[in-house]
Amino acid sequence: MTTLPDGRYIDPKPYEPDTGAEARHAELDMPNWMLVWRRFREHKLGLISGLFLLISYVMLPFAGFISPYTANERAPDHLYASPQGIHMFHEGKLIGPYVYPISAEVNLETFSWEYTPDYENPARLNFFCEGSYYKLAGFIKTNRHLVCAPEGATIFLLGADRLGRDVFSRILYGAQLSLTVGLVGISVSFLIGIVLGSIAGYFGGFLDWIINRVIEILRSLPELPLWLALSAAVPSHWGPVSVFFIISIILGILDWPGLARAVRSKFLSLREEEFVRAAEMMGAKPSRVIRKHLLPNFLSHLIASATLSIPAMILGETALSFLGLGLRAPAVSWGVMLNDAQNLASIEIYPWTAIPMLPIVIVVLAFNFFGDGLRDALDPNRA
Amino acid sequence: MTALLKVEGLTIGFGNAAPVVDDVSFSVDPGETLALVGESGSGKTLSCRAALRILPAVAQVRGGAVMLDGPDGPCDLMGLTERQMCYVRGNRVSMIFQEPMRSLSPLHRIGNQVIEVLRLHGTAKGQGARKRVLETFERVGFKDPERIYGSYPFELSGGMRQRAMIAMAIVGKPDLLIADEPTTALDVTTQAQVLGLIKEIQHETGMAMILVTHDLGVVANMADSVTVMNRGRVMEAGPAPLVLGSPQHGYTKELFAAAPMIPESSEQKAKDDGRDYILEMRNVSKTYTLKGKAPWHPKEHVYAVRGIEFGVERGKTLAVVGESGSGKTTCAHMALGAEWADPGAEILFKPEKGAEAVNLQELGSADRLAFQRKAQMVFQDPYSTLNPRMRVKDALCEPMEIHGLGTHGERIERATEMLRWVGLSENMLTRYPHAFSGGQRQRLSIARALMLGPMFLVCDEPTSALDVSVQEQVLQLLEEIRDRLNLSYMFISHDLAVVARIADEVAVMREGLVIEQGPPEALFYSPQHPYTKALLAAQPEPDINRPIDLQTVSQGAGKPTTWPEAFRFDDVTIPPLLETSPGHKVRCHV
Repeated sequence: MTTLPDGRYIDPKPYEPDTGAEARHAELDMPNWMLVWRRFREHKLGLISGLFLLISYVMLPFAGFISPYTANERAPDHLYASPQGIHMFHEGKLIGPYVYPISAEVNLETFSWEYTPDYENPARLNFFCEGSYYKLAGFIKTNRHLVCAPEGATIFLLGADRLGRDVFSRILYGAQLSLTVGLVGISVSFLIGIVLGSIAGYFGGFLDWIINRVIEILRSLPELPLWLALSAAVPSHWGPVSVFFIISIILGILDWPGLARAVRSKFLSLREEEFVRAAEMMGAKPSRVIRKHLLPNFLSHLIASATLSIPAMILGETALSFLGLGLRAPAVSWGVMLNDAQNLASIEIYPWTAIPMLPIVIVVLAFNFFGDGLRDALDPNRA
Repeated sequence: MTALLKVEGLTIGFGNAAPVVDDVSFSVDPGETLALVGESGSGKTLSCRAALRILPAVAQVRGGAVMLDGPDGPCDLMGLTERQMCYVRGNRVSMIFQEPMRSLSPLHRIGNQVIEVLRLHGTAKGQGARKRVLETFERVGFKDPERIYGSYPFELSGGMRQRAMIAMAIVGKPDLLIADEPTTALDVTTQAQVLGLIKEIQHETGMAMILVTHDLGVVANMADSVTVMNRGRVMEAGPAPLVLGSPQHGYTKELFAAAPMIPESSEQKAKDDGRDYILEMRNVSKTYTLKGKAPWHPKEHVYAVRGIEFGVERGKTLAVVGESGSGKTTCAHMALGAEWADPGAEILFKPEKGAEAVNLQELGSADRLAFQRKAQMVFQDPYSTLNPRMRVKDALCEPMEIHGLGTHGERIERATEMLRWVGLSENMLTRYPHAFSGGQRQRLSIARALMLGPMFLVCDEPTSALDVSVQEQVLQLLEEIRDRLNLSYMFISHDLAVVARIADEVAVMREGLVIEQGPPEALFYSPQHPYTKALLAAQPEPDINRPIDLQTVSQGAGKPTTWPEAFRFDDVTIPPLLETSPGHKVRCHV
């Protein structure tokens, strides 16, 4: 540091006045979603969960194709069949994927079914074979399956239930209802939550008061009995699809208060922003201010919070169906399947009947990780 | 003499990026005040925080030493353990932060927060500690230390809180006080008093101080030596009289040129009679009704604005000056019809000379839309004035969209033109606001206000959040546009120097009342009212030979009930606004 004789220091570098041309870097021109995507990529767990969920949802229309059996196809000779493995080598020889046929026997001491594999006759699996008829994506009637059991053998990857239905196939079919119940429910809850929340937050006053009291009343009701009461009101002669819709709408109707509160508080703080005032002073109508200025500014947060509340919907459906008040057979959902596993004794003897818990746990966790990752990526407080 | 604190070659960076503080050195002698001057982003706060090792977690110190002189010789603070550092903080070096609102915990009593310093360091205990805190309270100018001891931060005003912060900083009798923009958030009269207090305490205790500020006026009043920083580098450093008297470095010179000043000479302008007001406010009051403390208590009334009478002349600028809470922003909102005045008020808007005046109080919704086309507002905070989710293009076109003007092509064309007017290039149309600096955003905000071709603009402290050099550019732009489009401005500000530059007429407000009004020449060179005098005296000037006159400040800065007899007012008796000389009005008893 060189100091002049009078005790002052002057930067030796030649000085260029700031021309206002700020250093440009690509990040500045990026739209918001790209910035969010870049931050989301960092969150590995969230990324993996997101991919898993994407694959799960893409698979839904093709559940019938992937599963070897249809949902309600019975194998009367194989009640409570135990899970079968798929093998490649038979006596040191590669013969491709095959299973050992199993045959049932009643153990008269325990009164349970016992299965003995026939190790002599490995049965090779068939691919792209013809099985029972199902509807691909709900429209195209076909009987083509990715894989099906060979003649004289069965393929119960995760065992069979008390009516001899394949648990693995039923899990795939169940996903169709269990995974979408969350989406339908969340749309209902979003619609109500956003509309009421924005009215409360933007206009305030008496409307705000009314909406807040409704929220408080809804929140004070015990959830489970209310679900039960509402689903008990569903006429029992309705078809599975209409029951499904009613159930998801019930879940949505009970879920919106939390969302409405989030929307309301966000509105209250955003309303104070100067760009909102500016729009109002330009003469923008409330609907325009809400649509153009307020909602876009926290839609991303809403999406994150929605991802976090879908699991609650899935769990709600499962709980209702488990209690026998949600979806009912012949509809297949994870909750309906677990309904069969209510009997402790049967779980003890045939533990695979409780396997539908596994996809529930995995999907709920995946949604939580994914939502977490999204929320982190969207958090503007993170520099 | 060995320096008390010596920072050498300090380099700080974030991540892999180029350092934001680059080879910065400065030193403070015992009892001396060093001013670190620079604009936002110059690295002045980071350098200070590095000295106390309270940098954000993501910042890395890449080099340099911070030597603090102690009884057993200088030691490098960078090499101390966290435990040793705790001893240094608060005991030997303490810090005052910028925001008095946020640096005190809202849940604890002031006394408890201050006594914590003593307790943590084990300096004093029990009654002794309490006594020492009370003494310190008295020292920082609290009239009733006992009451302050037991009160919560929300019970105190901004200036009082900053005094409490100062008390907290000096109660441990530190050798060095680091004050990071201690007065930036305060009103100018309060700022003068707080600065005076700091100076006095420093004089008494002989502690050294590092004053971080962007305000050259504050520097001139406080500093013994000055270090000017820009973009993380020291530009110029030296004794205050030298650096302030004859700046050598290009950047320092620029900084001085940009600092707004109340001009020296008073040139009387010729007054033309028969004023043509574009907007005239007559008998405008605004009362807010609050709920009482309990349902059975009477409702409380807050008089935000009381009987305003002034007008904005066509093509001219009316400046409304006042401290926070004086009702100036409420005034602005009423002038744009965004808030209703109390019944009986008349706010007359005359779009053309000699045209029929419309009363904003009685506008129908269609007329209101037409009025909004002619009157627009420029906001204070450049960071919240633009919607972060809208591209510049959409933000600029929005006013025309709302009013259903033009086709898409015409809107874009107009937006491009406006961008050029405010000195930005048209390839910025597709960018998002986060790509712009504060000054550029304020330009965008001005461009948006101009989109509808207004004739009247309300500027609500448009430059108070900007750096001095940027402030200068924005003011220039505003003047340019006014002359080019024959606009009329209502300019709200707390900064007299800014007002002196742009205004044709100034109204000084206090507690909802205009207390003095007149052309800037009259107001600035023969102020009549003690509050105006205090405001002028409190304005820090970047001239080392013109210190703040604390005597005048203290006379006029207090509550209106403490003013001299002739000017005193309270809620019941309010003196009238009298014209003392042509165009110059003062609120006083006859």
